[in-house]
Amino acid sequence: MSTALQIKNVSHKFGEFKALNNVSIKIDSGDFTVLLGLNGAGKTTLYSLITRLYNNNSGSIKIHNFDVREESSDALKNIGVVFQQPTLDLDLSVEENLHYHSSLHGLSFADAKERIEEEIRRIDLTDKLKNKVRSLSGGQRRRVEIARSLLHKPKLLLLDEPTVGLDIGSRQMILKHVKSLCKKGDLAVLWATHLIDEIDKGEKVVIIHKGEIVESGDVLKIVKKTKQKNIRDAFNKLVGVKV
Amino acid sequence: MKPIIYLRCFKGIVLREALRFFHQKERFFSALVRPLVWLGIFAAGFRSVLGVAIIPPYETYIPYEVYIAPGLIAMIQLFNGMQSSLSMVYDREMGSMKTMLVSPIPRWFLLISKLLAGVFVSILQVYAFLIIASFWEIIPPITGYFTILPALIFTGLMLGSLGMFLSSAIKQLENFAGVMNFVIFPMFFASSALYPLWKIEETSEWLYYVCFYNPFTYAVESIRFSLYSQFNFEYTAGIVIFTVIFLILSILGYDPARGSLQKKGGS
Repeated sequence: MSTALQIKNVSHKFGEFKALNNVSIKIDSGDFTVLLGLNGAGKTTLYSLITRLYNNNSGSIKIHNFDVREESSDALKNIGVVFQQPTLDLDLSVEENLHYHSSLHGLSFADAKERIEEEIRRIDLTDKLKNKVRSLSGGQRRRVEIARSLLHKPKLLLLDEPTVGLDIGSRQMILKHVKSLCKKGDLAVLWATHLIDEIDKGEKVVIIHKGEIVESGDVLKIVKKTKQKNIRDAFNKLVGVKV
Repeated sequence: MKPIIYLRCFKGIVLREALRFFHQKERFFSALVRPLVWLGIFAAGFRSVLGVAIIPPYETYIPYEVYIAPGLIAMIQLFNGMQSSLSMVYDREMGSMKTMLVSPIPRWFLLISKLLAGVFVSILQVYAFLIIASFWEIIPPITGYFTILPALIFTGLMLGSLGMFLSSAIKQLENFAGVMNFVIFPMFFASSALYPLWKIEETSEWLYYVCFYNPFTYAVESIRFSLYSQFNFEYTAGIVIFTVIFLILSILGYDPARGSLQKKGGS
């Protein structure tokens, strides 16, 4: 199995504040990995480094063996991203937004059209294709963002707190959809969240706290190692905070 | 990466900017109203106060409206440049700038494409203004409508790259309002847009030098000459130099290794 994401010894500072300290993570193709941490733990900073919005000054980040700093074009080609903040253009239609994204990845109009139809069908929003994004609900917008992140057929999908602010129904639908994507192909997913109930048994978890990885591995392994009843208690013990 | 990939990316960025522009009709309307207010009210009032001598590229005495038209064209581009950089600050705060910056296409190309997309929109506004301005008898030679185009591309690039540099250096949207006041108004008033430089020199020598070295003066004069199908090397060279400086600064500003983006933080 090939390695989709390999982060080695990455640290990052904002002035004197150390946002990340010696972080190392490895994700294989086809893995669904949850990056679990409280607000302010360093999840978004880590995502900004993986996507090269910030430059990593220490350690290395590789996506399918391409170094993000040295071979950024090849590395970024393989990533699909759903940011924490909504990033769709509200005044454009769903279709216009998706075509814009396709052009940023150099897809031809015909290819883009075909993939847009395919992805939009997968999220069950074909009837909304011509609608302005402004008219969609929060959950629908998130689904469109996920469809958008898959248009260029990435091998690694990064989602930063994608379900924040959504109702339970939309949250479940999105979570189920992304998990099914992993099962179907060799897509690797890194799902950042502070919501413990989004983790299922048998999944891989990376727990980040105050910029450091405090534990990582299978859910059951972490629960056993910390001698707790479930992942919630294990997390509470590891970060020392009741959530 | 193949050239066709770049071309598709460029087309996509320009199309998005054009779609946003056409969807926001009030933006088009306000972009036109601003210079027309200057032309219809300010110029009419000042017509009797200010006498303009015969200066190149004009060959006869001209009404004040004719004199300030190139300045108002440059004003359209100045506002457009600032507005598109304002949208970049907004996009960055709202997150949509990130989707562009994580594209595999080199960042300098993305930024220049975005800049050219803004210039394209400003040129549409300028031609709409020129059509309406013809009712004020601002009618350049017919060739002027064509020869102004390259000048508009260069001045648009210069003012757009200035705006882009400012957007990379500004932390928050609120701060941008201050920059608009400290950049747009001083640039516009301390230039040859409203009064010829020799008039300013008569009043104040230091102000004359401020106006003389103001990049906006180069934009105004370059547009003025090209509107009358004349080429002025000095102003054109000035614009190219200023554009290169502002462009390098803005690309550095958006460079993840050096830029101010990551200083803004987030966790």
